[in-house]
Amino acid sequence: MNVNTKHDFKPFNVDLWKHDGQAGALIPLLQSAQDTYGYISEAAIDHISHITGVPAAEIYGVVTFYAQFRTKPLGKYVIKVCNGTACHVNNAKPIADAVTDELGITYDETTDDGDFSMLSVACVGCCSLAPVVVINDETYGRLTPAKTRKVLREYKREAKKTQQEKDA
Amino acid sequence: MKTVKIGLGTCGISAGGEKVYQAFQEELKQHPEAFVLTETGCVGMCYREVLVEVSNGDGSEHVYGDVTPERVGQIVKEDVLNGSTIDDWLVTDKSEKGFFENQKRIVLRNCGIIDPGDIEQYIARNGYQALKHVLTLMTPGEVIDEITKSGLRGRGGGGFPTGLKWKFTHDAPGEKKYVICNADEGDPGAFMDRSVLEGDPNTVLEGMIIAGYAIGADEGYIYCRAEYPKAIARLRQAIAQAKKRGFLGYNLFGTSFSFNVKIKEGAGAFVCGEETALIHSIEGKRGMPRFRPPFPAQSGLWGKPTNINNVETFANIPWIMLNGGDAYAAFGTENSKGTKVFAMAGKVKRSGLVEVPMGITINEIIFDICGGIVGDRKFKAVQMGGPSGGCIPADMCDIQIDYQQINKTGAIMGSGGLVVMDETTCMVDVAKFFLTFTQSESCGKCTFCRIGTKRMLEILERITDGQGSMEDLDNLEELSHQIGESSLCGLGQTAPNPVLTTLKHFRHEYEAHIIEKKCPAHVCSPLLTYTIDENCNGCTACARACPTDAITGEKKQLHVINQDACIKCGKCFTVCRFDAVIKD
Repeated sequence: MNVNTKHDFKPFNVDLWKHDGQAGALIPLLQSAQDTYGYISEAAIDHISHITGVPAAEIYGVVTFYAQFRTKPLGKYVIKVCNGTACHVNNAKPIADAVTDELGITYDETTDDGDFSMLSVACVGCCSLAPVVVINDETYGRLTPAKTRKVLREYKREAKKTQQEKDA
Repeated sequence: MKTVKIGLGTCGISAGGEKVYQAFQEELKQHPEAFVLTETGCVGMCYREVLVEVSNGDGSEHVYGDVTPERVGQIVKEDVLNGSTIDDWLVTDKSEKGFFENQKRIVLRNCGIIDPGDIEQYIARNGYQALKHVLTLMTPGEVIDEITKSGLRGRGGGGFPTGLKWKFTHDAPGEKKYVICNADEGDPGAFMDRSVLEGDPNTVLEGMIIAGYAIGADEGYIYCRAEYPKAIARLRQAIAQAKKRGFLGYNLFGTSFSFNVKIKEGAGAFVCGEETALIHSIEGKRGMPRFRPPFPAQSGLWGKPTNINNVETFANIPWIMLNGGDAYAAFGTENSKGTKVFAMAGKVKRSGLVEVPMGITINEIIFDICGGIVGDRKFKAVQMGGPSGGCIPADMCDIQIDYQQINKTGAIMGSGGLVVMDETTCMVDVAKFFLTFTQSESCGKCTFCRIGTKRMLEILERITDGQGSMEDLDNLEELSHQIGESSLCGLGQTAPNPVLTTLKHFRHEYEAHIIEKKCPAHVCSPLLTYTIDENCNGCTACARACPTDAITGEKKQLHVINQDACIKCGKCFTVCRFDAVIKD
């Protein structure tokens, strides 16, 4: 087996494979790759295939089976709209519509400037605050469409500000 | 010395617990000798988070609810430093009437009481006593007998007798066996397992080790959702501490028995709650179920005999071994023993976690323990068992929590998600919600599940769009039966349940959508009428958003929707920042 030396993949923990020694380490390897790069690139799949001997197609099959794995990078701000049962019966849909309307993206999409991504999650565990949206690590509860817009506009301002600082 | 304890389960953190904790840390810098700051898991009162408990050091304590960082200064100044409680913010027996007195806490006995990051606090509450007793004084057969006597059934949803499951794995030939803890809580309205793992991880570990001894396994896996980072962190901490204290590892309590536990993070697939799919996932494959037999008890993880139980099942084990199977079986009904934890959510006043003895009625849980319906609106139904379960109408909610009685309604006990619905919930929409979930989570192996759920979903979408016909209802029923009969695993077999139960108990709502083109609960957008009320300040946002120019009005004047031109897309409702668009 030729080990691919074209890419520098040292940052993620390929030792997971050696330690476990069993096929079960494939998912932890992928998780480690995603933790390091934010998503799983084709190059990462090739690399993992080289280490493990598992065909790339099979790894791709595993990657696309599980909701956790992404094949595209996420935006700077990740908006997770809760669609758990409690949020659903407490009107989560208008909240998602408000996000889509404000940012022009829907689930699993990222804005062109790479600032925002929108994901659907089921139950973030604060059903008493339903409907809930989590932006990066911040939870916003008891939302209305109007409140959601207000929150998003603050983030937009922040994103613009950081961009301007970067440019300057 | 006084102790200040902050509820830092996921619910507490979501409500701002970490900021409250930081605020107390700031106060601690100014008054370093005044109190000790510590944390705990979820006590179940998610509706009052952030919860802060102040103990006086003499055994007396009191709890504040809805604490915000802004309130911290006052709590420290008045209570911690000067000893006078702020009565308006207190959580008392009176303010939470009925919440605790109607519960029986076995699984949750330590949740919200101990610091889950400190194994000594678990040990101080009889932790690992059961393990010691089992390893030094009992044979594996005796352990299995005791569990059988307790009448404990699998709490993950299947309800299979735990003692019998253990016996099968014990009796299976083979040197190497495994114990797996299923912590892949996928039901999108349930959070019992997460709270137990976050609030009392050691009780789950202890239960697993006892199971390992009973069936003859020396290795265990906890398969936990990656979406539960806090629970995983707690488990890692607990495993490390248990190893240090000699509760995990080799030759436990000086016996020849050894046991080690590994954590496997799930990667997000509802079907992995099914045991054969879960095993495939641990093995690094796509999590697709396979035909049974052979059952995991004969051929499971890497082809070895494997016993899989759910988090809550394991959490019961130490209590049963300490108090005896008979003590556990004293709670409940004839065929459902012990207690059950429910995650209460939806339109209920006190949402959170409750643990009740089997045999209590659904009405008692909702009204006596959880305080009834939000806004005292009319109670319509409960949904039990998540995407595999069904809806039980309000007039049937005097039935007992009992596997058989619940099955009779068409719902299932399930893992413990209990979603309360009132008159503002549309039952067709609820059925569509669950089917959307199962349809996207179907692994695709069985044709009926993969394509059948898709066809059912299309029919439901047609009905909620106002395009349905009465024939659709017959098709829904027929498809439901075919999918249920032709699918390999529980996901497909039970996927039609939410549709079947709503069709059975709320057929009139389906008919209202189809015949009158009305959604009685005002949920399904295409069947609604949109109007603008006096909250409108004439910002013109809705008029600009309307794709058919149906909204007219001068700037800073009340706007009006022309109903003939309105296509009911709901865009005006979404863009309005003043909540002035009303749907009816």
